[in-house]
Amino acid sequence: MIELILFFKIIAAIIAIESKNLLSAIVSLGAVGFALAIIMVFLNAPDVAIVQVLVEVVLLVILVRATLHRDLTDLKGKREFFVKVFGIVAVGAFFLGIAWGLISLPVFGSFPETAVSVAVPSEWYLAHGLRQTGISNIVTAVLLDYRAYDTLGEVTVLFSAILGAVVILRKKR
Amino acid sequence: MSEIVKTITSLVMDAIAVFGIYIVFYGHLSPGGGFAGGLIISFLFILLFLAYGQKKAIKRLPYHFIRRINFVGLLGVFVLFILAVYSGVFELSLWKGQDFSLLSGGIIPPLNLAVWLKVGAGIFMVFVTLSVFRSTQDE
Repeated sequence: MIELILFFKIIAAIIAIESKNLLSAIVSLGAVGFALAIIMVFLNAPDVAIVQVLVEVVLLVILVRATLHRDLTDLKGKREFFVKVFGIVAVGAFFLGIAWGLISLPVFGSFPETAVSVAVPSEWYLAHGLRQTGISNIVTAVLLDYRAYDTLGEVTVLFSAILGAVVILRKKR
Repeated sequence: MSEIVKTITSLVMDAIAVFGIYIVFYGHLSPGGGFAGGLIISFLFILLFLAYGQKKAIKRLPYHFIRRINFVGLLGVFVLFILAVYSGVFELSLWKGQDFSLLSGGIIPPLNLAVWLKVGAGIFMVFVTLSVFRSTQDE
């Protein structure tokens, strides 16, 4: 099932890149995001799926609104030769690097039988999370209690990003 | 926008608001949390903004008010962190409560609320900045 959705995602991404109409490209981009949300549901991660759906909806609304106000929504002209070659080389190098890294990972969805398992922290959180933090949603417990400094940095990054957007886009006097 | 969008918005508005608040207050019991709830609330105001036009939406939620909520959320996160790390207020039995009940979990529900304010105000602020300021520049 997940492979089928991944195949759909790849086709939608290719359409989003190759489409000449900006609006259809945005809709294809939205299809990629919602397919990712469905994959998250199949992987038993409802928290991530909720956030993915919401971010995708907000992104689609903002992008469609930004596109509809432009007069020219069709792209014209061809891409330059150098840009094409550079894109192919960069994407090829990226995929080779990722494939080289993925060879050493364990099989998807299985815990390796080694001396120090990678599943030790997650099992520890599941075993002690409720007693130590007192809440039943372990994802929130990890986000806001065990890895709380991570959330602090995330909130600060969001704040500075919004500050930058407001400063750049403010009304000029 | 058209009459259909306005009617649907007025029907759906309350349900979205209730869901956005529910997902924050039950963020420590069921999937959800401050980030998702903030996105839902900001999306409710974006919907209002698109359906009824920017004048009515800004009148209901003034821009300086959003800016203040954004700062209050960030300040709340920092103050809660300092309180939790240096004073240990949230280790008291007052905050711990019964397991699996609404009022439990120590620092996590107030921190969820602060993140909710921060994210909701921030995302709506970006939307307002992108649409309002740009359209007034073109005139």
